[in-house]
Amino acid sequence: MAIWTDVFVLGLVLTNFRLLSSSRLAAMIETMVLQAIALTVIPLTLADHPWPLRLMTLSLVTLTVKGVLLPWLLRRSMRAADVQREIEPFIGYTVSILTGIALLGLAFLIAQPLKAATGPGLASLLPGALFSILTGLLIIVSRRKALTQVVGYLVMENGIYAFGAALAVKEPLLVEMGVLLDVFVAVFVMGITIYQINREFDHIDTDRLSELKD
Amino acid sequence: MLLSIVAIPAVLGAAAFFISSRRLRRAMLLLGSGGHVAAVAVNAVRPAAVEPGAWVGLDATGLLFLAVTSILFAAVAVYTAGYLGRESGRIVNDAEEGFAFYNWPEAKFIGCLLLFLATMSLVCISRDLGLLWVAVEATTLVSAPLIGFHRHHRSLEATWKYLMICSVGIAMALLGNFFLAYAGHGQVHLNLDDLLSKAAGLDPLWLKAAFLMLLVGYGTKMGLAPMHTWLPDAHSEAPSMVSTLLSGTLLNCAFLGILRGNSVLNAAGLGTFSGELLVFFGLLSMSIAAVFIVGQVDYKRMLAYSSIEHMGILSLGVGLGGLSGVGAMLHAACHSLTKGMLFLCAGQLLHVYGAKTAADVRHALHSLPITAFLWMAGFLAITGSPPFGLFISELTILKGALESGRWAVAAGYLAALGIIFIAMARVVLPMVFGSTREPAATTGDASYAREPRWFVIPAASLGIGVVFLGLYMPPAIWDFLSRAAQLAGGR
Repeated sequence: MAIWTDVFVLGLVLTNFRLLSSSRLAAMIETMVLQAIALTVIPLTLADHPWPLRLMTLSLVTLTVKGVLLPWLLRRSMRAADVQREIEPFIGYTVSILTGIALLGLAFLIAQPLKAATGPGLASLLPGALFSILTGLLIIVSRRKALTQVVGYLVMENGIYAFGAALAVKEPLLVEMGVLLDVFVAVFVMGITIYQINREFDHIDTDRLSELKD
Repeated sequence: MLLSIVAIPAVLGAAAFFISSRRLRRAMLLLGSGGHVAAVAVNAVRPAAVEPGAWVGLDATGLLFLAVTSILFAAVAVYTAGYLGRESGRIVNDAEEGFAFYNWPEAKFIGCLLLFLATMSLVCISRDLGLLWVAVEATTLVSAPLIGFHRHHRSLEATWKYLMICSVGIAMALLGNFFLAYAGHGQVHLNLDDLLSKAAGLDPLWLKAAFLMLLVGYGTKMGLAPMHTWLPDAHSEAPSMVSTLLSGTLLNCAFLGILRGNSVLNAAGLGTFSGELLVFFGLLSMSIAAVFIVGQVDYKRMLAYSSIEHMGILSLGVGLGGLSGVGAMLHAACHSLTKGMLFLCAGQLLHVYGAKTAADVRHALHSLPITAFLWMAGFLAITGSPPFGLFISELTILKGALESGRWAVAAGYLAALGIIFIAMARVVLPMVFGSTREPAATTGDASYAREPRWFVIPAASLGIGVVFLGLYMPPAIWDFLSRAAQLAGGR
């Protein structure tokens, strides 16, 4: 099944590049759905047939939370704050893609020594997951809109989740569920805050939230 | 039995959202806090043995942080009940920019406060690092609305920074947890006892990476420099009792996450690696705090940077280990009590003078004698002067550093403490003794006492606690602190 792991990790990497290059929030949210599908499938490709019931449950919950509920919350915040697209990010789209390529290289570099300490089957997953984390961080620091930063946070969280995917077969289900629940509530609270920022300031550009400093 | 510590505030907190009677809601807050204190006391007096492999359990380190949380929350609950009586339904005039704003609905505020207590208690009793992570993340989510209680743009900015920076930080800690699982080649669960007993067989490379991630992740939440950037904003914009809880209890809880990681690394024989990292971040936090306290004009921000300094001291103490580790445990307790008293005083000064700038508060001794006395005592305590508990704990940490021959660390530690003492004195002394200036008439509400009992009693009680710990240390408490330090990975 190792080949399928590689295929879906490749899917994860490609969706990251799409996120780095798009300015329309609707397109970004669509890409998040694709990413959620890849994340759901990766743990299944790592497990042996027949899949254990707990793993199936986890996949189902992951797909529901990351593929349905979170995009729904994001779209709702988009409507409430009335934003369509990211305008003039701190780092332009071409530069973002080029930075992304550099980050992909970095992810492979970091994963090299760690790979030796893990079992087979994770050869592509480790750099793929690291790349997702780095992409998420890049989106958070390079975009102006609060909503885009939330997408960045989710991409980073997806990368971390991909790390966990390799362990999903052994770890207690409760922890994974707790993680998903926390992420869901986090986005919910962020959505409320975005709505309030929008009402208070008439915009959600975080670089203009800059009164508090020393 | 143990779970009642979480269940009591959680149930009352959830119920508070739906109760429309103000009196009943405030009674529930006091009830939740009282119940929590009682439940912690029962568990402290008759501790159940920690079962290996259990999800929750109470060891000495957890009990120390839990007890501090419970005491501080009790003080805050009394203060909040009075505070809401004064603030409810009032349109508040912004002190600095002169525009009006509303507060959040009170039901949400009380509900979130109680849920905040429940999640912090869960952090203290978690034996599973995964559960601990879930609980720490939950504390962020229930405390974010508390920071934004005053509905105006500066609190919103602080709330957004807090949410975003802490969420990213906590995500890094999750990565650290997964790295720990990788270190066990997927054969070891994230249960603390399991990890400690099998520590020798864990992969050192993954283990080091895991600790680094836990340190960066929970360190963000704890306010270690350079990941501290959310902290001064959140502490200065939140209502004062929320600042009290953030500074006195939440930072400790995040520290507990780092301590759990530290104990695993110690058991695996990598204590030097984790210890040196803790010492480094400790000294860095102290220096950065010193830089920002010098010339600080906003007294609430000054307290926030002082929290960063003290988190640095905690990290330094545990990193040095031995006697310093015990000092750090005592320091954690004393810092929380003192900072609680100081933030409550700051809230009172802010209410009466209507200004966060220290230059606008003058000769408080004349108009607010009790507040000014407590504020002055708190300043002496927080800078480590005798006879307060922080003097003993800072001295113990210094002694530990000297005993282990860390002269350079000791010198840096003393230099930072000295600079901060002078810088804070320059802010605090003129506030208390400066030339007379009556508080602005517009902000003080005539129908309420300037120094109400609901403020004086909690603040003074916290102060008495710190004095007690400084004057007399019962051997039982010292033994308890030593055990806590041992479990936290004292070398």
